[in-house]
Amino acid sequence: MIKKYSRQELFSPIGLTGQQRIRDAKVFVLGAGALGSSGAEMLVRAGVGELTIVDRDILEWTNLHRQQLYSEQDVVDQLPKAIAAEKRLRAINSDVKIRGIVADVTPENVLELFEGHQFVLDGTDNIETRLLANDAALQLHIPFFMGACVGSYGLTFPIGVAEGQPCLHCLLEVLPPQSLTCDTVGVISPIVVTTAARQVAELLKHITGAEMQPRLESVDLWSGERAAIDVHSMKKSSCPSCSEKPTYPFLSASEVVRTAVLCGRDTVQLTWPKNRQVELAPFADSIRGTVTNLVHNPYLVSCEYHDHRLVLFRDGRMLVHGTKDVSQARKIVAGLLG
Amino acid sequence: MEKTIDLNGKSYAVIPEVETVQQLLEHLELGDRILIVEKNKEILQKEHYDAPIMDRDQIEIIHFVGGG
Ligand SMILES: [Zn+2]
Repeated sequence: MIKKYSRQELFSPIGLTGQQRIRDAKVFVLGAGALGSSGAEMLVRAGVGELTIVDRDILEWTNLHRQQLYSEQDVVDQLPKAIAAEKRLRAINSDVKIRGIVADVTPENVLELFEGHQFVLDGTDNIETRLLANDAALQLHIPFFMGACVGSYGLTFPIGVAEGQPCLHCLLEVLPPQSLTCDTVGVISPIVVTTAARQVAELLKHITGAEMQPRLESVDLWSGERAAIDVHSMKKSSCPSCSEKPTYPFLSASEVVRTAVLCGRDTVQLTWPKNRQVELAPFADSIRGTVTNLVHNPYLVSCEYHDHRLVLFRDGRMLVHGTKDVSQARKIVAGLLG
Repeated sequence: MEKTIDLNGKSYAVIPEVETVQQLLEHLELGDRILIVEKNKEILQKEHYDAPIMDRDQIEIIHFVGGG
């Protein structure tokens, strides 16, 4: 018998019992960027039973310095991250049932996506999506292992792992201005791996039944500063997300075309409501004579148009690269879609 | 008087102009961020950021970021 996990089982807080619990775990990884890549690889090597990884984006050359699941060829092939991640994770450990899903996680689909999983690992790149995941995980009673990083600084907070602890919404009374930092400060891979390692360590502790003391923790690998704050006093009895009568405000879907400026990138994303989605094949046919560098594969249509690269995904989202201006992006897309 | 505090696990010399937590946050250019601030193991609510900084205070600051 192949003893893949013997060194992990030898670690006494895990042991054979803990390994069996890891084996039984079904984990959802929210995002296949830097944190998602790093965390998913650790969990797959640890031998979880099932892992679902979801991401809305395709690979870029600027991802490779920190997103450890991907190769140059994946970028050349313009693969969606979720597809490239699934391929690599399967090659790492065939014991694990792995599923990559190309989708934007929204109020409309988040519950359906999380359902059937026991843990959610945060690999998203924005606070809005984290608050959405916070609401969904609380509604489904699934622990959510939050993590975030920019520059050389990272923070972690496990949610739903201890009685009476605050949730992310309790800690964030107001939303910060959109992507305050990621556009400007960059990121180095050591903080990605450090942050993901802390998230996964908390997750493994929780799986194996260790006592949890949920703390908000941060570290800056460049300055050497670190902090660990016991936030239990910040639990709000009136919190709309985790009180006795929660309303889960971030799960309310909107019916309009939603736009988002993607963190750290010159890119605007447009999302059409479910009943007004743009289909790949007809779209590709209709723009063939208008655009250049047209690529049409089973996952997406990509092209160049007026010096912008546009990518339409099968789930009906479109990325407009080369702009942060939402109205300009809408205008460019309107030029093709009428 | 020269004040030295423990800031996020490191010794930090506070300049004389910085007398309160709010002034420290502004000096660190964290004034407009979403923050959790702990002073001597107690979480400080925003309305108490005018608390004076004393020599050998232990202050921890965590700011929220978007990336990942
Ligand atoms: Zn709450």
